[in-house]
Amino acid sequence: MKRVLIIVCMTAFIGTGLVGISSADEFTKKDLEKWNKEFMSVVKEGEKLFHSALGSNKVSCDMCHPNASNTHPETYPKFQKQIGKVVALRDMINWCIQNPLEGKPLKLDDPKMIALEAYITYERRGKPLEPGKH
Amino acid sequence: MKKKITRRGFLKRSAVAAAAATLPLSLVELSWGKGNPQNFTFAYISDSHLTHIKGTEFVRNFDKGLKKAVTECNFMSPKPDFVVYGGDLAQLGKKEELEHGLEIMSKLRHPVRWVIGEHDFYLDLGRFWEDKISKTTYSFDHKGVHFVVLNSILTYDSWINRWKSPAERMSNMARLDNPNGSPFMVGDRQINWLRKDLAKVSKDTPIVVMSHSPLYKIFKPWNFWTDDAEKVQAVLMPFKKVTVLHGHVHQILYNQIGNITFQAMMSTAWPWPYPISYIQKKHQIPKITVFMNRADPFHERDATGWSILNMEDGRVTNHYKLWENKDRILKYDKRLGYPVDTVYQNPANRIPPQEHY
Repeated sequence: MKRVLIIVCMTAFIGTGLVGISSADEFTKKDLEKWNKEFMSVVKEGEKLFHSALGSNKVSCDMCHPNASNTHPETYPKFQKQIGKVVALRDMINWCIQNPLEGKPLKLDDPKMIALEAYITYERRGKPLEPGKH
Repeated sequence: MKKKITRRGFLKRSAVAAAAATLPLSLVELSWGKGNPQNFTFAYISDSHLTHIKGTEFVRNFDKGLKKAVTECNFMSPKPDFVVYGGDLAQLGKKEELEHGLEIMSKLRHPVRWVIGEHDFYLDLGRFWEDKISKTTYSFDHKGVHFVVLNSILTYDSWINRWKSPAERMSNMARLDNPNGSPFMVGDRQINWLRKDLAKVSKDTPIVVMSHSPLYKIFKPWNFWTDDAEKVQAVLMPFKKVTVLHGHVHQILYNQIGNITFQAMMSTAWPWPYPISYIQKKHQIPKITVFMNRADPFHERDATGWSILNMEDGRVTNHYKLWENKDRILKYDKRLGYPVDTVYQNPANRIPPQEHY
Protein backbone atom coordinates (compact mmCIF):
# COMPACT_ATOMS: atom_id res chain seq x y z
CA MET A 1 0.00 0.00 0.00
CA LYS A 2 2.76 2.40 1.07
CA ARG A 3 4.67 1.55 -2.07
CA VAL A 4 1.69 2.28 -4.29
CA LEU A 5 1.23 5.68 -2.63
CA ILE A 6 4.87 6.64 -3.16
CA ILE A 7 4.63 5.68 -6.82
CA VAL A 8 1.43 7.70 -7.25
CA CYS A 9 2.98 10.74 -5.57
CA MET A 10 6.16 10.50 -7.58
CA THR A 11 4.23 10.13 -10.81
CA ALA A 12 2.19 13.20 -9.94
CA PHE A 13 5.34 15.16 -9.03
CA ILE A 14 7.21 14.13 -12.17
CA GLY A 15 4.13 14.71 -14.30
CA THR A 16 3.70 18.25 -12.97
CA GLY A 17 7.32 19.01 -13.52
CA LEU A 18 7.25 17.66 -17.02
CA VAL A 19 4.22 19.47 -18.45
CA GLY A 20 4.51 22.59 -16.32
CA ILE A 21 0.91 22.71 -14.97
CA SER A 22 0.65 25.39 -12.29
CA SER A 23 -1.78 25.47 -9.42
CA ALA A 24 -5.26 26.87 -10.11
CA ASP A 25 -4.91 30.02 -8.04
CA GLU A 26 -1.55 31.12 -9.26
CA PHE A 27 -1.48 33.81 -11.89
CA THR A 28 0.92 36.58 -12.60
CA LYS A 29 0.63 40.30 -13.18
CA LYS A 30 1.24 39.53 -16.81
CA ASP A 31 -1.82 37.26 -16.81
CA LEU A 32 -3.92 40.06 -15.29
CA GLU A 33 -2.76 42.48 -17.91
CA LYS A 34 -3.56 40.01 -20.66
CA TRP A 35 -7.05 39.29 -19.34
CA ASN A 36 -7.78 42.96 -18.89
CA LYS A 37 -6.65 43.61 -22.43
CA GLU A 38 -9.01 40.89 -23.65
CA PHE A 39 -11.85 42.40 -21.63
CA MET A 40 -11.16 45.94 -22.79
CA SER A 41 -11.10 44.84 -26.43
CA VAL A 42 -14.64 43.53 -25.94
CA VAL A 43 -15.64 46.79 -24.18
CA LYS A 44 -14.23 48.68 -27.16
CA GLU A 45 -16.21 46.49 -29.54
CA GLY A 46 -19.32 47.13 -27.41
CA GLU A 47 -18.70 50.87 -27.53
CA LYS A 48 -18.52 50.68 -31.33
CA LEU A 49 -21.78 48.72 -31.54
CA PHE A 50 -23.46 51.03 -29.03
CA HIS A 51 -22.64 53.97 -31.31
CA SER A 52 -23.69 52.34 -34.58
CA ALA A 53 -27.02 51.65 -36.29
CA LEU A 54 -27.89 48.17 -34.98
CA GLY A 55 -31.42 48.29 -36.38
CA SER A 56 -32.91 49.44 -39.66
CA ASN A 57 -33.35 53.18 -39.17
CA LYS A 58 -29.92 54.70 -38.43
CA VAL A 59 -30.83 55.26 -34.77
CA SER A 60 -28.13 54.16 -32.30
CA CYS A 61 -28.19 53.35 -28.58
CA ASP A 62 -26.01 56.32 -27.60
CA MET A 63 -28.57 58.78 -28.95
CA CYS A 64 -30.68 58.24 -25.81
CA HIS A 65 -27.89 56.87 -23.60
CA PRO A 66 -24.66 58.87 -23.91
CA ASN A 67 -21.89 56.94 -22.13
CA ALA A 68 -24.55 54.24 -21.62
CA SER A 69 -26.09 56.43 -18.91
CA ASN A 70 -29.69 55.82 -17.84
CA THR A 71 -29.32 52.09 -18.58
CA HIS A 72 -28.83 51.14 -14.91
CA PRO A 73 -27.19 47.72 -15.44
CA GLU A 74 -26.75 47.39 -11.67
CA THR A 75 -30.53 47.17 -11.19
CA TYR A 76 -31.06 43.99 -13.27
CA PRO A 77 -32.65 41.53 -13.14
CA LYS A 78 -35.72 43.53 -12.22
CA PHE A 79 -39.47 43.57 -12.69
CA GLN A 80 -40.24 45.48 -15.86
CA LYS A 81 -43.88 46.45 -15.57
CA GLN A 82 -44.28 46.98 -19.32
CA ILE A 83 -43.09 43.41 -20.02
CA GLY A 84 -44.89 42.01 -16.99
CA LYS A 85 -42.04 39.92 -15.58
CA VAL A 86 -38.53 39.99 -14.17
CA VAL A 87 -36.08 40.51 -17.03
CA ALA A 88 -32.31 40.73 -17.52
CA LEU A 89 -30.40 43.68 -19.00
CA ARG A 90 -30.00 41.77 -22.27
CA ASP A 91 -33.79 41.55 -22.62
CA MET A 92 -33.94 45.34 -22.46
CA ILE A 93 -31.07 45.69 -24.95
CA ASN A 94 -33.08 43.57 -27.36
CA TRP A 95 -36.23 45.56 -26.63
CA CYS A 96 -34.41 48.75 -27.64
CA ILE A 97 -32.99 47.13 -30.78
CA GLN A 98 -36.49 46.01 -31.79
CA ASN A 99 -38.37 49.23 -30.96
CA PRO A 100 -36.55 52.56 -31.21
CA LEU A 101 -33.94 51.00 -33.54
CA GLU A 102 -36.56 49.01 -35.52
CA GLY A 103 -34.22 46.01 -35.85
CA LYS A 104 -34.04 42.28 -35.22
CA PRO A 105 -33.17 41.02 -31.71
CA LEU A 106 -29.72 39.53 -31.07
CA LYS A 107 -29.33 35.96 -29.81
CA LEU A 108 -28.81 36.17 -26.06
CA ASP A 109 -25.33 34.59 -26.39
CA ASP A 110 -24.36 36.55 -29.50
CA PRO A 111 -20.83 37.98 -29.07
CA LYS A 112 -22.36 41.35 -29.97
CA MET A 113 -24.73 41.06 -27.00
CA ILE A 114 -21.81 40.20 -24.68
CA ALA A 115 -19.88 43.18 -26.07
CA LEU A 116 -22.83 45.56 -25.51
CA GLU A 117 -23.19 44.31 -21.95
CA ALA A 118 -19.47 44.68 -21.37
CA TYR A 119 -19.54 48.32 -22.52
CA ILE A 120 -22.72 49.21 -20.61
CA THR A 121 -21.50 47.70 -17.32
CA TYR A 122 -17.98 49.10 -17.77
CA GLU A 123 -19.38 52.64 -18.03
CA ARG A 124 -21.17 51.94 -14.73
CA ARG A 125 -18.11 50.52 -12.95
CA GLY A 126 -17.92 51.22 -9.24
CA LYS A 127 -21.68 51.37 -8.70
CA PRO A 128 -22.94 48.87 -6.08
CA LEU A 129 -25.36 46.22 -7.30
CA GLU A 130 -29.01 46.97 -6.58
CA PRO A 131 -30.98 44.22 -8.33
CA GLY A 132 -34.69 44.93 -8.57
CA LYS A 133 -34.33 48.70 -8.07
CA HIS A 134 -36.45 51.13 -10.03
CA MET B 1 -70.14 94.35 -45.04
CA LYS B 2 -70.27 97.45 -42.87
CA LYS B 3 -72.61 97.26 -39.93
CA LYS B 4 -75.22 100.02 -39.77
CA ILE B 5 -74.98 102.09 -36.62
CA THR B 6 -78.37 102.30 -34.95
CA ARG B 7 -79.24 104.57 -32.03
CA ARG B 8 -79.87 101.53 -29.80
CA GLY B 9 -76.53 99.92 -30.78
CA PHE B 10 -74.62 103.14 -30.22
CA LEU B 11 -76.07 103.57 -26.72
CA LYS B 12 -75.25 99.95 -25.86
CA ARG B 13 -71.63 100.30 -26.96
CA SER B 14 -71.27 103.60 -25.09
CA ALA B 15 -72.53 101.91 -21.92
CA VAL B 16 -69.91 99.13 -22.28
CA ALA B 17 -67.17 101.71 -22.84
CA ALA B 18 -68.27 103.66 -19.78
CA ALA B 19 -68.25 100.50 -17.66
CA ALA B 20 -64.75 99.65 -18.88
CA ALA B 21 -63.53 103.11 -17.97
CA THR B 22 -64.67 102.66 -14.40
CA LEU B 23 -63.06 99.18 -13.94
CA PRO B 24 -60.66 99.08 -10.99
CA LEU B 25 -57.08 99.50 -12.23
CA SER B 26 -55.99 96.16 -10.82
CA LEU B 27 -58.05 94.39 -13.48
CA VAL B 28 -56.40 96.21 -16.34
CA GLU B 29 -53.01 95.43 -17.90
CA LEU B 30 -50.77 98.43 -17.31
CA SER B 31 -48.84 98.72 -20.51
CA TRP B 32 -48.77 102.28 -21.71
CA GLY B 33 -45.75 104.28 -22.66
CA LYS B 34 -42.99 103.49 -25.08
CA GLY B 35 -40.60 100.79 -23.92
CA ASN B 36 -42.83 99.41 -21.19
CA PRO B 37 -42.81 95.64 -21.54
CA GLN B 38 -46.19 94.16 -22.30
CA ASN B 39 -47.33 90.69 -21.44
CA PHE B 40 -47.53 88.31 -24.36
CA THR B 41 -47.18 84.68 -25.31
CA PHE B 42 -44.79 82.88 -27.58
CA ALA B 43 -43.97 79.21 -28.15
CA TYR B 44 -40.73 77.24 -28.33
CA ILE B 45 -40.07 74.07 -30.32
CA SER B 46 -36.61 72.57 -30.31
CA ASP B 47 -34.28 69.67 -31.07
CA SER B 48 -36.28 67.58 -33.54
CA HIS B 49 -33.23 65.79 -35.01
CA LEU B 50 -35.02 64.74 -38.19
CA THR B 51 -32.99 61.83 -39.53
CA HIS B 52 -32.75 60.89 -43.17
CA ILE B 53 -32.65 57.11 -43.81
CA LYS B 54 -32.71 56.92 -47.61
CA GLY B 55 -34.75 58.30 -50.51
CA THR B 56 -37.81 59.89 -48.95
CA GLU B 57 -37.55 57.84 -45.74
CA PHE B 58 -36.98 59.55 -42.39
CA VAL B 59 -37.02 58.18 -38.83
CA ARG B 60 -40.74 57.94 -38.10
CA ASN B 61 -40.44 58.57 -34.36
CA PHE B 62 -38.64 61.92 -34.73
CA ASP B 63 -40.93 63.13 -37.52
CA LYS B 64 -43.88 62.40 -35.27
CA GLY B 65 -42.47 64.58 -32.47
CA LEU B 66 -42.08 67.69 -34.61
CA LYS B 67 -45.43 67.19 -36.35
CA LYS B 68 -47.17 66.88 -32.98
CA ALA B 69 -45.58 70.09 -31.68
CA VAL B 70 -46.54 71.98 -34.85
CA THR B 71 -50.15 70.75 -34.68
CA GLU B 72 -50.48 71.68 -31.01
CA CYS B 73 -48.93 75.08 -31.62
CA ASN B 74 -51.51 75.74 -34.30
CA PHE B 75 -54.27 75.03 -31.78
CA MET B 76 -52.92 77.51 -29.23
CA SER B 77 -55.47 79.93 -27.89
CA PRO B 78 -54.69 82.75 -27.52
CA LYS B 79 -52.32 82.56 -30.48
CA PRO B 80 -48.62 82.98 -29.79
CA ASP B 81 -47.06 86.18 -31.14
CA PHE B 82 -44.36 83.96 -32.70
CA VAL B 83 -42.75 80.56 -32.39
CA VAL B 84 -39.04 80.02 -31.77
CA TYR B 85 -37.31 77.03 -33.28
CA GLY B 86 -34.39 76.30 -30.93
CA GLY B 87 -32.00 74.40 -33.22
CA ASP B 88 -31.08 70.85 -34.23
CA LEU B 89 -33.83 70.58 -36.81
CA ALA B 90 -31.59 68.04 -38.62
CA GLN B 91 -29.56 65.12 -37.29
CA LEU B 92 -26.61 65.23 -39.70
CA GLY B 93 -27.10 68.67 -41.27
CA LYS B 94 -28.17 67.13 -44.57
CA LYS B 95 -30.06 69.16 -47.16
CA GLU B 96 -32.71 66.42 -47.19
CA GLU B 97 -33.18 66.76 -43.43
CA LEU B 98 -33.32 70.56 -43.37
CA GLU B 99 -35.73 70.68 -46.30
CA HIS B 100 -37.89 68.01 -44.67
CA GLY B 101 -37.88 70.08 -41.48
CA LEU B 102 -38.84 73.24 -43.35
CA GLU B 103 -41.73 71.39 -44.94
CA ILE B 104 -43.10 70.26 -41.56
CA MET B 105 -42.50 73.70 -40.03
CA SER B 106 -44.28 75.37 -42.97
CA LYS B 107 -47.56 74.04 -41.53
CA LEU B 108 -47.18 76.45 -38.60
CA ARG B 109 -49.64 79.32 -38.77
CA HIS B 110 -47.38 81.64 -36.80
CA PRO B 111 -44.17 83.50 -37.65
CA VAL B 112 -40.99 81.62 -36.70
CA ARG B 113 -37.70 82.87 -35.25
CA TRP B 114 -34.82 80.46 -35.81
CA VAL B 115 -31.83 79.48 -33.66
CA ILE B 116 -29.15 77.25 -35.19
CA GLY B 117 -27.91 74.05 -33.50
CA GLU B 118 -24.71 72.06 -34.05
CA HIS B 119 -26.56 69.34 -35.98
CA ASP B 120 -27.68 71.98 -38.49
CA PHE B 121 -24.24 73.52 -38.80
CA TYR B 122 -21.28 71.16 -38.96
CA LEU B 123 -21.85 69.59 -42.38
CA ASP B 124 -21.73 72.79 -44.47
CA LEU B 125 -20.80 75.22 -41.68
CA GLY B 126 -24.23 76.84 -41.79
CA ARG B 127 -24.42 77.62 -45.50
CA PHE B 128 -27.84 76.03 -46.17
CA TRP B 129 -29.22 77.51 -42.95
CA GLU B 130 -28.14 81.05 -43.79
CA ASP B 131 -29.22 80.77 -47.44
CA LYS B 132 -32.63 79.18 -46.92
CA ILE B 133 -33.70 79.55 -43.30
CA SER B 134 -32.35 82.41 -41.24
CA LYS B 135 -29.47 84.51 -40.09
CA THR B 136 -27.69 82.93 -37.13
CA THR B 137 -26.98 86.10 -35.14
CA TYR B 138 -29.63 88.81 -34.87
CA SER B 139 -31.87 90.75 -32.52
CA PHE B 140 -35.39 92.13 -32.56
CA ASP B 141 -37.72 94.07 -30.30
CA HIS B 142 -41.15 92.83 -29.40
CA LYS B 143 -43.63 94.62 -27.14
CA GLY B 144 -40.94 96.25 -25.04
CA VAL B 145 -38.69 93.18 -24.78
CA HIS B 146 -35.32 92.97 -26.56
CA PHE B 147 -34.67 89.52 -28.05
CA VAL B 148 -31.20 88.38 -29.08
CA VAL B 149 -30.39 85.21 -31.04
CA LEU B 150 -26.82 83.88 -30.88
CA ASN B 151 -24.98 81.10 -32.66
CA SER B 152 -23.47 79.48 -29.56
CA ILE B 153 -22.32 76.23 -31.17
CA LEU B 154 -19.15 77.53 -32.83
CA THR B 155 -15.86 75.91 -31.91
CA TYR B 156 -12.11 76.11 -32.47
CA ASP B 157 -10.82 76.27 -36.06
CA SER B 158 -8.22 73.61 -35.30
CA TRP B 159 -11.05 71.16 -34.57
CA ILE B 160 -13.12 72.22 -37.57
CA ASN B 161 -10.15 71.62 -39.89
CA ARG B 162 -8.93 68.32 -38.46
CA TRP B 163 -11.38 66.06 -40.35
CA LYS B 164 -11.02 64.35 -43.72
CA SER B 165 -14.50 65.37 -44.90
CA PRO B 166 -17.47 67.53 -43.87
CA ALA B 167 -19.46 64.33 -43.21
CA GLU B 168 -16.78 63.05 -40.83
CA ARG B 169 -16.75 66.41 -39.03
CA MET B 170 -20.55 66.35 -38.75
CA SER B 171 -20.75 62.80 -37.39
CA ASN B 172 -18.07 63.57 -34.81
CA MET B 173 -19.96 66.64 -33.61
CA ALA B 174 -23.24 64.70 -33.66
CA ARG B 175 -21.97 62.14 -31.14
CA LEU B 176 -22.77 63.68 -27.75
CA ASP B 177 -20.37 61.52 -25.71
CA ASN B 178 -17.51 61.84 -28.20
CA PRO B 179 -14.13 61.94 -26.43
CA ASN B 180 -12.86 63.66 -29.61
CA GLY B 181 -15.52 66.37 -29.42
CA SER B 182 -14.87 70.08 -28.99
CA PRO B 183 -16.50 72.62 -26.67
CA PHE B 184 -19.05 75.10 -28.00
CA MET B 185 -18.39 78.80 -27.94
CA VAL B 186 -19.92 82.11 -29.00
CA GLY B 187 -16.61 83.67 -30.05
CA ASP B 188 -15.26 87.20 -29.64
CA ARG B 189 -16.75 88.46 -32.89
CA GLN B 190 -20.29 87.71 -31.77
CA ILE B 191 -19.62 88.92 -28.24
CA ASN B 192 -18.48 92.27 -29.66
CA TRP B 193 -21.59 92.36 -31.82
CA LEU B 194 -23.70 91.64 -28.71
CA ARG B 195 -22.01 94.44 -26.80
CA LYS B 196 -22.80 96.89 -29.61
CA ASP B 197 -26.34 95.58 -30.02
CA LEU B 198 -27.08 96.05 -26.32
CA ALA B 199 -25.43 99.47 -26.14
CA LYS B 200 -28.63 101.04 -27.48
CA VAL B 201 -30.90 99.21 -25.05
CA SER B 202 -31.83 100.70 -21.67
CA LYS B 203 -30.77 98.69 -18.64
CA ASP B 204 -34.35 98.19 -17.46
CA THR B 205 -35.51 96.71 -20.77
CA PRO B 206 -36.10 92.98 -20.34
CA ILE B 207 -33.59 90.96 -22.42
CA VAL B 208 -34.28 87.47 -23.73
CA VAL B 209 -31.27 85.70 -25.25
CA MET B 210 -31.87 82.56 -27.29
CA SER B 211 -29.01 80.19 -27.98
CA HIS B 212 -28.78 76.50 -28.74
CA SER B 213 -26.29 75.53 -26.04
CA PRO B 214 -26.70 76.70 -22.44
CA LEU B 215 -24.73 79.91 -21.91
CA TYR B 216 -23.24 78.45 -18.73
CA LYS B 217 -21.23 75.39 -17.80
CA ILE B 218 -22.88 72.16 -16.73
CA PHE B 219 -21.06 69.12 -18.15
CA LYS B 220 -18.19 69.36 -20.60
CA PRO B 221 -18.10 65.69 -21.77
CA TRP B 222 -21.55 66.12 -23.38
CA ASN B 223 -21.13 69.77 -24.35
CA PHE B 224 -23.78 70.91 -21.89
CA TRP B 225 -21.35 73.77 -21.96
CA THR B 226 -20.28 76.99 -23.67
CA ASP B 227 -16.58 77.62 -23.29
CA ASP B 228 -16.76 81.43 -23.24
CA ALA B 229 -20.06 81.59 -21.32
CA GLU B 230 -18.63 83.91 -18.66
CA LYS B 231 -17.73 86.50 -21.29
CA VAL B 232 -21.31 86.49 -22.61
CA GLN B 233 -22.72 86.65 -19.07
CA ALA B 234 -20.50 89.66 -18.33
CA VAL B 235 -22.11 91.57 -21.22
CA LEU B 236 -25.60 90.69 -19.90
CA MET B 237 -24.89 91.46 -16.23
CA PRO B 238 -25.73 95.21 -16.27
CA PHE B 239 -29.33 94.53 -17.34
CA LYS B 240 -32.03 94.16 -14.70
CA LYS B 241 -34.03 91.31 -16.21
CA VAL B 242 -32.24 88.80 -18.39
CA THR B 243 -33.50 85.38 -19.47
CA VAL B 244 -31.49 82.91 -21.53
CA LEU B 245 -33.54 80.26 -23.32
CA HIS B 246 -31.67 77.31 -24.79
CA GLY B 247 -32.11 73.86 -26.29
CA HIS B 248 -29.50 71.12 -26.70
CA VAL B 249 -29.95 69.39 -23.33
CA HIS B 250 -33.32 67.73 -24.11
CA GLN B 251 -34.54 68.08 -20.53
CA ILE B 252 -36.08 70.33 -17.92
CA LEU B 253 -33.18 72.36 -16.57
CA TYR B 254 -33.04 75.81 -15.01
CA ASN B 255 -30.58 77.99 -13.22
CA GLN B 256 -29.95 81.49 -11.94
CA ILE B 257 -26.54 83.17 -12.17
CA GLY B 258 -26.63 86.74 -10.83
CA ASN B 259 -29.35 88.57 -12.71
CA ILE B 260 -29.54 85.95 -15.49
CA THR B 261 -32.24 83.26 -15.49
CA PHE B 262 -31.55 80.20 -17.63
CA GLN B 263 -34.25 77.85 -18.90
CA ALA B 264 -33.83 74.78 -21.10
CA MET B 265 -36.39 73.58 -23.62
CA MET B 266 -37.55 70.03 -24.24
CA SER B 267 -36.70 68.12 -27.40
CA THR B 268 -39.48 66.86 -29.64
CA ALA B 269 -37.34 63.80 -30.50
CA TRP B 270 -35.87 62.11 -27.41
CA PRO B 271 -34.72 63.01 -23.87
CA TRP B 272 -31.09 63.14 -22.71
CA PRO B 273 -30.23 61.77 -19.29
CA TYR B 274 -29.04 64.20 -16.62
CA PRO B 275 -25.23 64.17 -16.31
CA ILE B 276 -25.75 62.97 -12.73
CA SER B 277 -26.46 59.52 -14.22
CA TYR B 278 -22.96 59.20 -15.71
CA ILE B 279 -20.94 58.47 -12.61
CA GLN B 280 -17.43 58.49 -14.09
CA LYS B 281 -17.22 62.28 -14.53
CA LYS B 282 -18.01 65.30 -12.37
CA HIS B 283 -20.88 67.60 -13.30
CA GLN B 284 -22.24 71.02 -12.28
CA ILE B 285 -25.98 70.44 -12.50
CA PRO B 286 -27.80 73.51 -11.12
CA LYS B 287 -29.07 72.79 -7.63
CA ILE B 288 -32.39 74.57 -8.14
CA THR B 289 -33.51 72.31 -11.01
CA VAL B 290 -36.21 69.80 -10.13
CA PHE B 291 -35.59 66.99 -12.63
CA MET B 292 -38.17 65.83 -15.12
CA ASN B 293 -39.46 62.29 -14.69
CA ARG B 294 -37.12 59.51 -15.78
CA ALA B 295 -38.13 58.59 -19.31
CA ASP B 296 -40.26 55.52 -19.88
CA PRO B 297 -38.93 54.01 -23.13
CA PHE B 298 -42.18 52.11 -23.65
CA HIS B 299 -43.93 55.42 -24.28
CA GLU B 300 -42.29 56.82 -27.37
CA ARG B 301 -43.14 60.45 -26.66
CA ASP B 302 -42.38 60.37 -22.96
CA ALA B 303 -39.94 63.02 -21.72
CA THR B 304 -40.27 64.98 -24.96
CA GLY B 305 -42.41 68.04 -25.67
CA TRP B 306 -42.36 71.78 -26.26
CA SER B 307 -43.06 75.02 -24.36
CA ILE B 308 -45.59 77.81 -24.15
CA LEU B 309 -43.83 80.88 -22.79
CA ASN B 310 -45.66 83.75 -21.20
CA MET B 311 -43.79 87.00 -20.96
CA GLU B 312 -44.99 88.37 -17.61
CA ASP B 313 -43.59 91.64 -16.33
CA GLY B 314 -40.40 91.08 -18.30
CA ARG B 315 -39.87 87.53 -16.98
CA VAL B 316 -40.57 84.26 -18.78
CA THR B 317 -43.06 81.81 -17.29
CA ASN B 318 -42.45 78.48 -18.95
CA HIS B 319 -45.29 76.01 -19.45
CA TYR B 320 -43.56 72.78 -20.37
CA LYS B 321 -45.97 70.78 -22.51
CA LEU B 322 -45.02 67.19 -21.71
CA TRP B 323 -46.76 64.64 -23.84
CA GLU B 324 -46.78 61.62 -21.57
CA ASN B 325 -46.51 63.36 -18.20
CA LYS B 326 -48.23 66.15 -16.32
CA ASP B 327 -47.19 69.56 -17.65
CA ARG B 328 -44.72 71.50 -15.55
CA ILE B 329 -44.74 75.26 -14.91
CA LEU B 330 -41.60 77.24 -14.19
CA LYS B 331 -42.07 80.76 -12.86
CA TYR B 332 -39.64 83.42 -11.68
CA ASP B 333 -40.05 83.96 -7.94
CA LYS B 334 -39.43 87.64 -7.19
CA ARG B 335 -38.88 87.03 -3.49
CA LEU B 336 -36.32 84.25 -4.01
CA GLY B 337 -34.78 85.81 -7.11
CA TYR B 338 -34.77 82.63 -9.18
CA PRO B 339 -37.23 80.47 -11.15
CA VAL B 340 -39.20 77.80 -9.31
CA ASP B 341 -41.39 74.91 -10.33
CA THR B 342 -44.88 75.87 -9.19
CA VAL B 343 -45.65 72.36 -7.87
CA TYR B 344 -42.44 70.41 -7.25
CA GLN B 345 -39.93 73.00 -5.99
CA ASN B 346 -40.78 72.05 -2.42
CA PRO B 347 -38.88 68.76 -1.85
CA ALA B 348 -41.90 67.38 0.05
CA ASN B 349 -43.94 67.47 -3.16
CA ARG B 350 -41.52 65.53 -5.37
CA ILE B 351 -42.30 62.11 -6.78
CA PRO B 352 -40.12 58.97 -7.22
CA PRO B 353 -39.70 59.22 -11.05
CA GLN B 354 -37.91 62.57 -10.53
CA GLU B 355 -35.02 60.73 -8.88
CA HIS B 356 -32.18 60.24 -11.37
CA TYR B 357 -29.16 58.11 -10.58
